[in-house]
Order: sequence, then structure tokens, then C-alpha cells
Amino acid sequence: MLGFIARRFLYLVPVLVAVSLLTFLIASLLPGDLAYVILGDQATPEKVEALRHDMGLDQPIWWRYISWLGHVLEGDFGRSFRTGQTVLQAVSERLPVSLELMFLAEILGLAIGVPLAIACAVRSGSAFDRFMTGSAFGMLSVPTFLSAILLIYLFAVQLHWLPATGYVPFEENPIDNLRFFVLPALTLALAEWPGIMRVLRSDMIATLQEDYIALAKAKGLKASRILFVHALKPSSLTLITITGINIGRLIGGALIVETIFALPGIGRLLVGAIYTRDLIILQGVVLFVAGGFVLMNFIVDMLYAVLDPRIRHGHA
Amino acid sequence: MATLELAIDEGFAIAPVARQRRLGPLFWAAIGWMIFIFVAAALANVLPLPSPTDMDMLERRAPASMLHWLGTDGLGRDELSRLIFGARISLTVGLCAPVIGITIGGALGMLAGYFRGRFETLVVGSMDVLLAFPPLILALAVTAYLGQSILNLTCILGVLGIPAFMRVARAATLTLARREFVIAAQALGASHARILLRELLPNVFLPLLAFFLLGVAVTIVVEGALSFLGLGVPPPISSWGSMIGEGRESLDVAPRLAFLPAIMMFLTVLSFNLVGDTLRALTDPRQGAL
Repeated sequence: MLGFIARRFLYLVPVLVAVSLLTFLIASLLPGDLAYVILGDQATPEKVEALRHDMGLDQPIWWRYISWLGHVLEGDFGRSFRTGQTVLQAVSERLPVSLELMFLAEILGLAIGVPLAIACAVRSGSAFDRFMTGSAFGMLSVPTFLSAILLIYLFAVQLHWLPATGYVPFEENPIDNLRFFVLPALTLALAEWPGIMRVLRSDMIATLQEDYIALAKAKGLKASRILFVHALKPSSLTLITITGINIGRLIGGALIVETIFALPGIGRLLVGAIYTRDLIILQGVVLFVAGGFVLMNFIVDMLYAVLDPRIRHGHA
Repeated sequence: MATLELAIDEGFAIAPVARQRRLGPLFWAAIGWMIFIFVAAALANVLPLPSPTDMDMLERRAPASMLHWLGTDGLGRDELSRLIFGARISLTVGLCAPVIGITIGGALGMLAGYFRGRFETLVVGSMDVLLAFPPLILALAVTAYLGQSILNLTCILGVLGIPAFMRVARAATLTLARREFVIAAQALGASHARILLRELLPNVFLPLLAFFLLGVAVTIVVEGALSFLGLGVPPPISSWGSMIGEGRESLDVAPRLAFLPAIMMFLTVLSFNLVGDTLRALTDPRQGAL
């Protein structure tokens, strides 16, 4: 087990270094010098030159990367030249919103996907099963921003049940906070459940044919207990895998959803930084998100290895 | 739906639902819709349509009429014409980007799967770095620095697709390279190039093609998402995504401005998914499901 963790960890380091290098290169090599962006079109060449010198932009690129990486490792991701806020401040302010959104979305997605998967697996091949499998396939073709528009139209514009945009901190008013999160989280969940259902369904159909399920039935256990406890347990690995695979999509989806529903999360920070050409924030957030994404995948891998001994011994 | 990486894992990790080998009416309906959209987009200049960019401030959000078959948008531009010209952008980006992905990713994957060793480690490693970014975030960041243009957008989405195509090609090559016909070709003294092009490529091509169609669907969605946020194609060019984004502003008075392009996009993405998935099931040697 320790050997496995060490091996995965050793792989993690070069990937993280490469990610930081790529983030830096995208921001540094592409057209549009930062000094021009800060000073605007009207700047005199002398002023630009002076600012370039102050910011170290006249140094060779490899030196700039090393010193930037050094700062990042010390926890200094840079400071916005628009608002004066550090990247770390901006990110830590907004991270809870994004995490709450993704957490609620995943819970909702599981709450829709798991029961549907069980219901379909029990009656596999029935009209209900075929209908749900078809719907899941159709839902996979509905982009996040489309379902967002549809939900806003239904629940905010037509029915006036829920607010379309806005945000209240959880500490201030938990009920209102959740009200603002219903539509965004549901939007993301609508993209999540088809994947969960499809995978879990085929998993369960196989499980339900196992001998131990027949034994549980023969023992006279209640059907609900057999389905939700005995049959679901071996699929826990599958659920973790899907959740792991979904993280990347969830982050991208959260970005869109936060922008549409005006939730002050990381995604909105990033999009806002692009609109205002706040390149330092943009670079910092991209690095932060990519780094977090790599770490989350690492954790999912670890979790997987803890649950399935075959993986840490390299048989699977 | 917004990750290129996801599509492969999902498509290939899930045993497909038991499916008949016969192509159903849905499959042909999807093909029909694809042809319809293609022809409309290709003939957009020839069709007797009003200009998609001419504004008519007196006819803003006008309902359907003889002049404007589907009405006009918030700036008085003809909705039908914008839908068809939008199809051009969505299809151009949606097709060209996966072509970049299938060419580079397919070649890298085949070479990695055939030669193995250091080269494979290098290819798989660099793809892992690309996959370390949530795709939409990377696409957004690169467009922000490069500037918005259709060419930039296509290139970025194309590069983002490379890892997925690489994985499909490599997985297929790995299994095929051990098969008898390849070993026989090697024994007959065929060169590496010949084996790769004449023996392996025809067999790797079909799964790649099925995946290509799924890639088109994903690309259309990502392009739509970027344009929806106003960070994809630059205005005044219309793409379905930007039209949905503009229509969002008038959901209360003219919901059709958002829903018409939304329906077009949904049907197109669904068609590509359907055809791609059917082809994949057909080329998948693991018969049906379970």
C-alpha cells in the first residue's frame, strides 16, 4: 500500500510541475504584453519599459518561470493589478461557493441516478427501463447552459418559484442560501445523473444475477434491503470511479452555471478575470484549479486503491 | 457534457445497452437531420435568406411573418437566417477541431501503441499533463490570451481532443499489434511504416471514426458554451451558442430566441451522439452488453 502511494506520489510531482510550466507558458508566450494591458494603449514606450523592468518582464523567460514558481510555492500566486486583491484571497473567498455548488450537484445527481438505476436494473428490458435508458441518452446531449436556460424559464420566469440569480452566504440565512442554490445545483445534477444511471444500471444487472443475491432472497430478506444494501455495495467502486471522472466536467459545468446564475464562485472569478483582462488573477486561478483537479484525481486514485486491493498490486 | 476526456471514459467503460445489430429508424432520422443541417449550412449563401447581420430597429423581436419566417431577434436581425449561418460556424468548428484531434491524436496513439518503450511513456505522460486541466478552463484561458477568432477556437478545441483520440488509437493498436496478421506481416519482413499504414490503420480507423462523431458532438457543445459566455466566436458572427446567450436576456418576452437555437443544437448533438454510439456498438467486438 505504501509503495503504491509513493509511486503515485512520485508521478504527481512531474505532472504538477508540467502543469505549472504550461500555465506559465500560456500566459507568457502568447501575444499581448502584460505591461501594455496594465497601462493601456495610450502608454508611452518609456513608461512601458519602466513597468516591464519593475515587473521583471525584461528577464529571460526561464528565470521568470523559476522566480514565479518560487513565489507560488511560498503561497504567493500574485496580486490583481485591477483590484489589488491577492489571488489567494480571491480564491479562498470564492472557493466555498463553488464547493457547495459541486457538492449539492453531486448529491442531487446521485439522488436521481441511483434509484433510477436500481429501478431499471430490477426490471431490465421493461418499457420503463427502455424509456429511462433512452432519456438518459438524450440528456447526455443537453449542454449545461441549455438546461440552465430551461430551468430558469420554467421555475423563475413562468412559475416564479425560485430566484434566477443571486446569492446569500450560508451563515447569513441558510434557507435563502439553499434557495439560491436549487436551480444551479439542479442544472448540474441534470448533466450528472445520466452517466451515473447508465454505469450503475449495467453494474447492478450483473450483480443481481450473483448467487449471494439469490441466497439473500432465499433467506427471505426484504427486497428493499437486498437492493439498497446487498446489491449496491459492490457498486460503490463504480460510483467512486464515476464521481472521479465527473470532477473535470463538474468544474467546467460549475463555471458556466456560476456565470449564468450569478453565484460568486471560482468559475465566475475566472470568467470575470477574462472579461476585465485581469491576467494575473486568470493565471493564478487556472493554476489553482488545475492543481486542485490533479490532487482530486490523486485522492480518487488513492480511495480506489484502498477499496480494491487488486489495483495497488497492479493486477487491474 | 463539456469534457472531451469524459466522453471516452464513459463511452468505453460502459458496456453498451443491449442493442440490435440492425440500424433502427432513429439512426436514419439522425442521419437525415445531419444531412439536412449540412445542406442548409452549405447553401446558406445561395438560399434566398435575408442577411443575418442586417439590423432593423423597427422590427425588433418581431413575430414570424412572410418576410421573417421565424421572426427577428433583439436587434431586428432575421432569426432563421442567423440560425442557418450559425449552423455554419457550429458545424465548421465542430468538424474541423476533431479532425485536428483525430489526425494528431490518432497518429501519436498508433505510434505509441506500436513502438511502446520510451516514446509511449513520453506520449502518455504529456497527454496526462493536458488532461490535468479541466478542458473548459483551459479552452477559456487560451482563448483569453490568444484572442477570439474562429481559427483560434478551432485549434484550441482540436488540441484539447488529442488526448482522447490518442487513448482510443493506442488501446486499439495495443491489442491489434499482438494479433496473428501483424506478426505474419512482421515475419514477411514488412517495414514498420507498411505495418502501421496497411495492417493497423484500416483496423484502428473504424473505432476512431465512431469516436470522431462523438467528438463532433462534444466540440459543438464546448464551442456553444464558450460562445454562450461571449468568449467563443467574436460578434457579429452568429453561432448557436451566442444566439442562446443573447436570447437569455429576453426569456420573459421572447423565449423562442433562446429556445430555437437550443433545439437546433440539441438535435444536432443528439444526432452525432446517436450515430457515433451506434457505430461504436457495431465496431465493438464485445457483442452487445453484459
